[in-house]
Amino acid sequence: MPHDGHDHEHENSELSPIALRVKALESLLVEKGYVDPAALDVLIDTYETKIGPRNGAKVVAKAWTDPAFADWLKKDATAAIESVGYSGRQGEHMVAVFNTPEIHNMVVCTLCSCYPWPVLGLPPVWYKSPPYRSRAVIDPRSVLAEFGMTLAETTKVSVWDSTAEIRYLVIPMRPANTEGMSEEQLAAIVNRDSMIGTRLAG
Amino acid sequence: MNGAHDLGGQMGFGPIDAPATEPVFHENWEARMAALSMTVAGGWTIDEDRSACESMHPAKYLRTSYYEHWLHGMESLLQKYTPDSSSPTRPQDVWAAVTARGSYIRQVPNAAAFAIGQKIRVKIMNPETHTRAPRYVRGHVGEVARINGAHVFPDSNVLGLGENPQWLYTVRFTANELWGNTASDAIHADLWEPYLEPAS
Amino acid sequence: MNGPQDLGGMMGFGAIAPEANEPLFHAPWEKRALALSLAMGATRQWSIDTSRHAREKIPHHQYWSLSYYEIWIEGLLRLMNERNMLDGPPKTLPRLEAQNVAPVLAKGSACNREVSSPPLFNIGDRVRVRNLQPMGHTRLPGYLRGKTGEIALHHKAHVFPDSNAHGSGENPQHLYTVRFFARHVFGKNADDFLQADLFEPYLEAP
Repeated sequence: MPHDGHDHEHENSELSPIALRVKALESLLVEKGYVDPAALDVLIDTYETKIGPRNGAKVVAKAWTDPAFADWLKKDATAAIESVGYSGRQGEHMVAVFNTPEIHNMVVCTLCSCYPWPVLGLPPVWYKSPPYRSRAVIDPRSVLAEFGMTLAETTKVSVWDSTAEIRYLVIPMRPANTEGMSEEQLAAIVNRDSMIGTRLAG
Repeated sequence: MNGAHDLGGQMGFGPIDAPATEPVFHENWEARMAALSMTVAGGWTIDEDRSACESMHPAKYLRTSYYEHWLHGMESLLQKYTPDSSSPTRPQDVWAAVTARGSYIRQVPNAAAFAIGQKIRVKIMNPETHTRAPRYVRGHVGEVARINGAHVFPDSNVLGLGENPQWLYTVRFTANELWGNTASDAIHADLWEPYLEPAS
Repeated sequence: MNGPQDLGGMMGFGAIAPEANEPLFHAPWEKRALALSLAMGATRQWSIDTSRHAREKIPHHQYWSLSYYEIWIEGLLRLMNERNMLDGPPKTLPRLEAQNVAPVLAKGSACNREVSSPPLFNIGDRVRVRNLQPMGHTRLPGYLRGKTGEIALHHKAHVFPDSNAHGSGENPQHLYTVRFFARHVFGKNADDFLQADLFEPYLEAP
């Protein structure tokens, strides 16, 4: 199955059972008038091209370079993030948690797949998978080790289980030797996983 | 380990399918699997066998039938052990083998730490290896209802650390304590001394 | 319900195996599955809580083997079947039009509500999580029941999923982020801690 192109351009014989099932469902819902296929295209395009982790990276870079903004993030992350231009679905109530040498934050949703869409886009498969959801709360250090992170013994791990409609954004620590970098350059070194808390930035 | 086998309190499995009559084995392969389990002197303990079944991926464990768990267990144990082939069970030995009186009770020098009627709390513990302390009793307070003597301790035996016998208690919990409901029902579980601490 | 979704603390699922350079979608049907789920949400026949509960009712072995978008499709089919929307005659429902996608996503749907009752707990208060075992939807994970923690944040009142999922109204309740020592929850991990967002009816004074 190619990862690009549109499934409706292929013959049915090339489709997997689940792809056929979704195609049949879409046809039925369009026929009944419940969905507008053009709206589906816009939704997909939105999360493929407009909303993704680069949004969050800009928030982090601004927090690193602008102490007043960092302070605002700590007090009212929803408003602070909205001021950068990101708000809406699955980001209605934001909390930003800041990593320090003493505390490393990590976000999970043990019950489903809650994730701050406006700043990080759609979650990766591993974030939604039983291995991560089951283990992040009970054995976070083994999870971090799988991502290649070993924390100092003196660093405490702080896990946030998103059980309600509050969404968490981890503000990773700014890497060393980045003093001369602009906000834009800094945003480029903020990776997605560092804003979930499973990697370091840089 | 907190695996799929630890089902106490889980919801969503639907009604209990209890047909009025049920054959001993539903398929011929089930009968062969059961017989294999009872005749292969593999050199492993019952605790290792249970642990091997519990180590199946949770989705697979719940998708497969009981004797498939046994099959999985034996397949994985045979990767590790070479069964004793010097004296295979003969047909005339079977009755004696299945009726032989074994025992898990062992003599230990120390006295039981808890007395009948004493309030105990199950420790908050989450071992990654085999344990017989179900998740649903951990952290809860119960009362010692029976002292069963010192028994082989599965949590040690499964790791090849020896039988390490420990006092085994039947602990009585109220349904209210375990499930927060108002029923006056009692639930009993057999729990080894290392799982327990005095309820203060 | 103590269903397959309540994964916190379970073992045996193996490695996390993050995929390097993971694509946003792994097959074209996943895009349609996401978009269909979002668009059908806009018909307002169910709330996000009801749709979560529909997914939780998928049998354990199936939930634990399906991919996440497969779970969404399975949940969507269940929601529609329960409402006779697949086989029944078409109804006139609100429809998400292409030109409205951007404003609808930008607006989101805030869950905070005004309530007249003051919060029972203050930041810093010790609280114990009640040992609730509801058969219906809840956002109280099994691993926290009976555990004692401390109120870290107060978010004022939010829609209460345990009511809203079952069509019993939004019944807003005060929502708190509660902080626990990992050792109090799991008996290990020393001084690490963890937080969960818990509604007031889940909590009691210790």
